[in-house]
Amino acid sequence: MFVCHALTGDAHAAGHHGDAARPGWWDNLIGPGRPLDTDRYFVICANVLGGCQGTTGPGSVDPSTGSPYGLRFPLLGVGDLVAAHRALVAHLGIERLLGAIGGSLGGMQVLQWALDHPGELAGAMVVAASARLSAQNIAFSAVARESIMRDPDFAGGDYYGGDRPDRGLMLARMIAHITYLSEASMREKFGRRIQDASEPRYGFDVDFEVESYLEHQGRSFLKRFDANTYLYLTRVMDYFDPFGGDPVQLAARLARVDTRFLVLSFDSDWRFSTGHARDIVRTLSAGRVPVTFREISAPHGHDSFLMPVPEYHKTVGGFLDRLAAETG
Amino acid sequence: MRPDLDIVAALVGSGVRVLDLGCGDGALLEHLIVRQDCAGHGVERSAEGFHACVGRGVPVTQAEIEAELPELDAGSFDCAVLSLTLQATRRPARVLDQMRRVAPRRIVSLPNFGHWRHRLDLAARGRMPVSRTLPYAWHETPNIHLCSLDDFERLAAEGGQRVSRRVLLAEHGRAAPRLARARQNLLAVGAVYLLQDE
Repeated sequence: MFVCHALTGDAHAAGHHGDAARPGWWDNLIGPGRPLDTDRYFVICANVLGGCQGTTGPGSVDPSTGSPYGLRFPLLGVGDLVAAHRALVAHLGIERLLGAIGGSLGGMQVLQWALDHPGELAGAMVVAASARLSAQNIAFSAVARESIMRDPDFAGGDYYGGDRPDRGLMLARMIAHITYLSEASMREKFGRRIQDASEPRYGFDVDFEVESYLEHQGRSFLKRFDANTYLYLTRVMDYFDPFGGDPVQLAARLARVDTRFLVLSFDSDWRFSTGHARDIVRTLSAGRVPVTFREISAPHGHDSFLMPVPEYHKTVGGFLDRLAAETG
Repeated sequence: MRPDLDIVAALVGSGVRVLDLGCGDGALLEHLIVRQDCAGHGVERSAEGFHACVGRGVPVTQAEIEAELPELDAGSFDCAVLSLTLQATRRPARVLDQMRRVAPRRIVSLPNFGHWRHRLDLAARGRMPVSRTLPYAWHETPNIHLCSLDDFERLAAEGGQRVSRRVLLAEHGRAAPRLARARQNLLAVGAVYLLQDE
C-alpha cells in the first residue's frame, strides 16, 4: 500500500520516532489492527517531490550552481510527484501495489497514478480531494502565495542563508488553516472565548482564543516548512486537471484504467466539498471505471480525513479487505 | 438471491451497464457483474447495505435514491433497476421519470396492493393489510405509496412508458402463470415490469 501525503504532510505517516506523543499524521489509520493494518500490509509513504522534508525541492542545492534552487526549481505537476513515488516503488522491487491512498493533494496523486499507469494499482482511495480546483480554491491559494511573495524577506525566493519570509509563510498557513476547518468545528473549539482571561481586553492584539490558535498554528508551521515549497505545491494543485482536454482522448485513457476506486468526501468539508468528489465519480463512471462513493458525515471540515471517524475508517478497511481478498 | 431478483437478472441481460436503485446488500449486482458480465453500480441508503456491497466488491454510492437520481447523467446506463422500492419513495412519478432519463430500459418490481387478500383485509376486517409481501403495520411501514398493478400501469402510461414485459409474481417472489389482465390485478402478489419508451 502506498500512502500519498497532502500539501503540508510528510513521510512520517504513522508510528513514532521514540516520542509516543509525536505520532505520524495518519497514525489513527495506519498501524497494527488499524484499517491499513501493518500486520497485513507493507505500507510505504514518501516525501513528495518539491517538498522540504527530504525529497528534492526548491530548498535543495542545485548541483550546477552550488546554491539552493529557489524559484529556479522547475514548476511541477502531480504526474511528477507520482513519477518520484514510482521510482521508489521500482527501487524497492515492487511490481504491483495493492493500492494507493491519499487525502487532499494526496488523493490527487492517487488519481493521477491510476489514470496514467494501468496495471500498477489494484485499488485507488481518493479522500477529500478534487480533480479540478474551483475559482474559490485558487483564490485562497493565490492570497496565501501573495503573502509569502510580498514578505520583504522573500528576496525573490533566494532567502536561504538569510532571514526567511516567516511573516508571509505564517500568514499563508493561517489563511489556509481556516479553510481546513468547518464553521461548526471552530465554533465548538473556540466559540468567542477570550484567551487567558474572562473579559475582553479591547484592543488589536490577540484577544480571542481563535486568534491565539491561528497564530500558534502559523508559528509552529515555520519550524517545519519552507516558503518556496508552499508556492510550488499549491501551484501543483491549482493546475491539476487530469480530466481536462480532449474528451475522446480522455475516454480512451479511462478505458485502459483497471483500478477500482473508492472516493470519499466529508459533509462539513467546504474546501473540497462533496461536489468535487462527485465530479470525479461522474467522470470515472462515464468511463466505465468501477467507483464506490460515499459522503461521510463528520464535523471537522477538510481536516476530517485526518480524524478517526468510525464510518470512514470502516469504509476504508472494508474496501482494502476486499482488494486483498481478490488479489490474494 | 431472492427469486424475484432471478427474474430481474434475466430481464437485464448480459454485458450491459446497469444501475440498481436501492441495491441493498448488492446480491443482484454481484450476480450481474460476475455471471452476466455487466458493469454495475448500486445506490443504497443504509450503511449496512453499503458496507455489504463494498465487501462483495460491488461499486456503490451511499445515497437516497431520490437525491441521487438527478445527479446522474442522462443516458449514463443501459438499464436501471428499482426492485420492490418504488412504493417507499416520496415521489414515485418523479422517480420513474428520472429513471427514464438515465436509462433506456427500466426494470421495476412492486407488490400488488390490489391482491385479493389485501382487498379482503380492508373489506371484511376493515384493517390495513399486513402480509408476507407487506409485513409492516400501517404506522411503521416504509411503504408510503402503495398501489395496485393497474394503478402502476396507468402511471407508467401517463409518463410515456411502455410495458414491454410483465412477469407476475406469486408468493415468495416466484414467477406466477400468466393471467388475463382483469384477473392479474386480483390474483398476482406482485409483478416485475420492463419499461421502455413508447
